[in-house]
Amino acid sequence: MQYMMMFYENEAEFAKRDNPAEAGAYWGAWGAYIEALNQAGIIVRGDGLLPPAAATTVRLANGERLVQDGPVAATKEQLGGYFVIDVPDLDTALVWAARSPNASAGATELRPVLPPPQS
Amino acid sequence: MADPQLARRAVEHAARQSYGRLVAYLVRAWRDLAAVEDALGEAFTKALQTWPVDGVPDNPDAWLLVAARRRLTDAARSSTVRAASLRSLMVTTPDRPEEAGMLPDRRLELMFACAHPAIDAAMHAPLMLQTILGLSAERIASSFLVSPDTMGRRLSRTKLRIRDIGLSFELPQPEDLPQRSASVAEAIYAAYGQGWDSIASDDAARRGLSEEAIWLATVLVHAAPQDAEAHGLLSLMLFCQSRSAARRAKDRYVPLADQQIELWDQQMIAAAERTLGEAGRLQAPGRFQLEAAIQSAMVQSRRTGRDMRRPLLALHAGLLYFAPTIGNCVGHAVALADAEGPAAGLNALADLPSDRVATYQPYWAARAHLLARLDGQTDAVREALLHAIGLTEDPAVRAYLQSALAQ
Repeated sequence: MQYMMMFYENEAEFAKRDNPAEAGAYWGAWGAYIEALNQAGIIVRGDGLLPPAAATTVRLANGERLVQDGPVAATKEQLGGYFVIDVPDLDTALVWAARSPNASAGATELRPVLPPPQS
Repeated sequence: MADPQLARRAVEHAARQSYGRLVAYLVRAWRDLAAVEDALGEAFTKALQTWPVDGVPDNPDAWLLVAARRRLTDAARSSTVRAASLRSLMVTTPDRPEEAGMLPDRRLELMFACAHPAIDAAMHAPLMLQTILGLSAERIASSFLVSPDTMGRRLSRTKLRIRDIGLSFELPQPEDLPQRSASVAEAIYAAYGQGWDSIASDDAARRGLSEEAIWLATVLVHAAPQDAEAHGLLSLMLFCQSRSAARRAKDRYVPLADQQIELWDQQMIAAAERTLGEAGRLQAPGRFQLEAAIQSAMVQSRRTGRDMRRPLLALHAGLLYFAPTIGNCVGHAVALADAEGPAAGLNALADLPSDRVATYQPYWAARAHLLARLDGQTDAVREALLHAIGLTEDPAVRAYLQSALAQ
């Protein structure tokens, strides 16, 4: 079964990416985690994302375009990346989600991928 | 005049101290766990409403028991409950609080039922935590890393099954006792937390139910004082718990060899040693006693500086005889390396089936540790460290291993 693991990070975590004192540990932890996923052979696809400040949001309201700098919702934790993994069940997906480096300073959400429509 | 504060605290106290006793007592007659828990839940709700007004009853447990009993008998009249359950409940439980003396403690019987071979082994520990301690499905689910929804459904299904197969809540026959007690101990150990591996992780993946598990083991020892492994289990958990303050420094994991002994809980260690001594007197060794003995030897070695490497290796070999799990194999390999050099330990690690260790974090941490001891920081060490970092879920262990990688 395929699950999307969505990695939510808080502001402090995003800041570590460019902080010379912390970037090494930050990217090292993610590198090791991604390599572990890779070795387990469960990655379907995935990407890291630039911080929420780089986001642009578009809405159409009453036929009018509304473009806004920033993410959809200004929540404390923001999407920092995702992986779609293929694992037997939710229990296995949870084990991998708990191992993601952001789980202790943010949260990891798991969502089953919508199966393709039956034709 | 009733004191509402006092009354509320009395309800909370009863919930903590008596929940399991009341469930155990009622379910013996009623045999339907879910119904008993519901009835008891309603009794507690009623207590919260009436005690602040009428005052706390003289015997709160008996009051709750009678209230829950009334719920059950009322429900019985309006449904098709087996007549036998109703009769049994009528005969064995008092119908007025004044008639109840001290409730007999039937929690051991309930523990045996929860860890019955007819029940899925994965549900033994969750069921015990819920019925003896009254923990919510959410809390249990988080500890076992499954979704709360799933855990709730699995618990309900298990309780239905217990009712439908007519599981009895009596003590097992003497000839079945050793096997059945072992299942109870295993379940409590599972509740304590997964992965208590003495190697790199010390006890990394602790999941927050350690105190509850120790409480369950205390109940088990109290109810089955002749069970050596029950003492062994309690001793083991007390040893682990005694070092919890020393295990972290500035959010970084501290291995046993580097821990500040002053931060160990000396009273708890004394209790652990005492419990292990009681286990020894019963002369029935088992895996938990051996694990506790390993703890005891490690503590002694740190305290006195005595060379315990040979005794530790012998204890690890004994542990493998009783419980050849992958975690114990890794622990044995590390003990072997301590006694006979890193090459011997690495050979033992190499013998483990690769599909079993591929995502087993302590294996990679141990391998990195032993490779580094053999010939310093090499690519193979870095590779093993990366595996260990990628597979841990404990940020303190991650930080510790990352600093080892940076050296």
